[in-house]
Amino acid sequence: MTTSTPPVTAAPTKAGVQTRATKLRKRLSNPWASLAAVVIAILWTIPTVGLLITSFRPEVDITRNGWWNVLKFWERPTLTLANYDQALFGGQTSLANYFVNTLVVTLPSVVIPISLALLAAYAFAWIDFKGRDILFVAVFALQIVPIQVTLIPLLTQYNQWGLSGTFWPVWLSHSMFALPLAIFLLHNFMKDIPPSLVEAARVDGAGHVKIFFRVLMPLLVPAIASFAIFQFLWVWNDLLVSLTFAGGRPNVAPLTVRIAEMVGTRGSDWFLLSAGAFISMIVPVIVFLSLQRYFVRGMMAGSVKG
Amino acid sequence: MDWEYVKYYFNWLTGEIRDFLLVANSPGQKIVLAIVVIALFVGVMALLLWLVDRPRNPRGWLVASVFAGPALVLIGFGLVYPAIRTTQSSFYDRTSSVFVGWDNYVRAFSESEFQIVLRNTALWVFLVPILATAIGLIYAVLVDRTRFEKLAKTLVFMPMAISMVGASIIWKFVYDYRQASSPQTGLLNQVLVWIGIEPQQFILSQPWNNFFLIVVMIWIQTGFAMTILSASIRAIPEDIIEAGRLDGLSGIGMFRHITVPSIRPALIVVLTTIAMATLKVFDIVRTMTGGNFGTSVVANEFYTQSFRYNDKGLGATLAVILFVLVIPLVVYNVRQMRKVEEIR
Repeated sequence: MTTSTPPVTAAPTKAGVQTRATKLRKRLSNPWASLAAVVIAILWTIPTVGLLITSFRPEVDITRNGWWNVLKFWERPTLTLANYDQALFGGQTSLANYFVNTLVVTLPSVVIPISLALLAAYAFAWIDFKGRDILFVAVFALQIVPIQVTLIPLLTQYNQWGLSGTFWPVWLSHSMFALPLAIFLLHNFMKDIPPSLVEAARVDGAGHVKIFFRVLMPLLVPAIASFAIFQFLWVWNDLLVSLTFAGGRPNVAPLTVRIAEMVGTRGSDWFLLSAGAFISMIVPVIVFLSLQRYFVRGMMAGSVKG
Repeated sequence: MDWEYVKYYFNWLTGEIRDFLLVANSPGQKIVLAIVVIALFVGVMALLLWLVDRPRNPRGWLVASVFAGPALVLIGFGLVYPAIRTTQSSFYDRTSSVFVGWDNYVRAFSESEFQIVLRNTALWVFLVPILATAIGLIYAVLVDRTRFEKLAKTLVFMPMAISMVGASIIWKFVYDYRQASSPQTGLLNQVLVWIGIEPQQFILSQPWNNFFLIVVMIWIQTGFAMTILSASIRAIPEDIIEAGRLDGLSGIGMFRHITVPSIRPALIVVLTTIAMATLKVFDIVRTMTGGNFGTSVVANEFYTQSFRYNDKGLGATLAVILFVLVIPLVVYNVRQMRKVEEIR
């Protein structure tokens, strides 16, 4: 998978170039195909653009008519940052606090499972111990456990330990839920590394710890990046886990929980939802756009979790 | 004589540490806590690794248990044990005290309220994978190797980056309804008004509201389908395309007889992966309707029963049903995934 550059890049034959070229010309000459593509692209973009424009409109305008009225420039529509200001720092919503909560929830929930999974994946790939294969298959199989199945027993346990109302239940849960997939993926990547490299290091007298840090880690950076982005987006955007373990606790609840709550009440802060939604989206979108390559690669490796 | 002092200070110190690790109120404290927790974690793991690395040729199981142990313990505690407990509670009543046998399961399949939930779930799992994959495939073929490929793909892929809560809000604004007499604020109703149709309450009118919720999930998942399928289209060997061309295929014929058969395994992986994600969908229903107006699905009903009605037995039953429904999809998915990898 680390080497999954499509075979297309292999020096194309003359016939191949010609085929592609004819195909291309045919497609471009078909106006219906282009039209269909444009329609899909617009349908997929316009809901987001609409909400983005809405978020910059004054409250009276949002409740009075739709965002497309902004296009009537001759009526001199006003745009403002007031919604963002009020959503972030207004007493009712104070999303700035929830933003910090999201950040605090996310960082350990990404670092801890990836580190643990890396170590475990190394053990499964390069350390010989009894029962290794059975354990690995078990971990692999555990990917299918839906999170819903685990929530209530975990909640009971956390309460018994006196952890409720702290960040720990959310950190622990996200870490645990990420492990099976992370171990499986990173194990696959590790197996792709030529055994001769590991053998050579072993002959030189390196122990497992040294091999892990000196030989494997540098080669695994792209794989780690792929999974880190996945886990980051998953945790940042999660609702179920945080609602269960941090719901109704302003001190630990992340943005998603607060915003979902605002939708539910449909109260006077309804118009602030537009700005609120974008406050929660801005970080994942930036991460996604800047690291899209790694994201796609991780996805190709079969990493889709739900 | 000083023993009491030592004990006192020890208790004071552990209390302080515990408070520090558990309680964080100001934003600054929280961020410091997150950093300290990460540092602590890294420190402990480093220490353990350093300890086992001491002997020249350490015993395999000791090293293995330091490498794999923490992860396995967490998996055992966080997945295996709760799964067993939940399966157990699905055979008990709402307070988990009286054994009721299969009663919860009978209820979940026979009461009309839950039959709607099951019907909706079936609708989601049927429609979302098929439509998202179909649109994703068509779009992938259309934009493949065009000038705007990168931008075009990013536009459709973008919904994957945002939360389902965010996506739900985006669409709630699209579906927003105002009475026909006043200006519309939702785009979809405005379009209806423009073409001369009465505005509709998309989110309230049963059973059609389910379709409008499903659209949100399709909107999110199409980018996934497009990306995977686009990669496998590019991996179709040149000679197959050439053979098709020599047979006089082009346009739709090429698509039907060459493209689709060549990427069949990838298509199935995409379909089953989306189906699994759809089966567990919770955020959209929760945010759009809270499961009201006949829109609940199993994953949402689990939450409602467990946390709103405090019916642990029924909640557990719904979770187990979800679990059982996922299994065949996963098995099929993994098998196909193997095939895709073999082809690569």
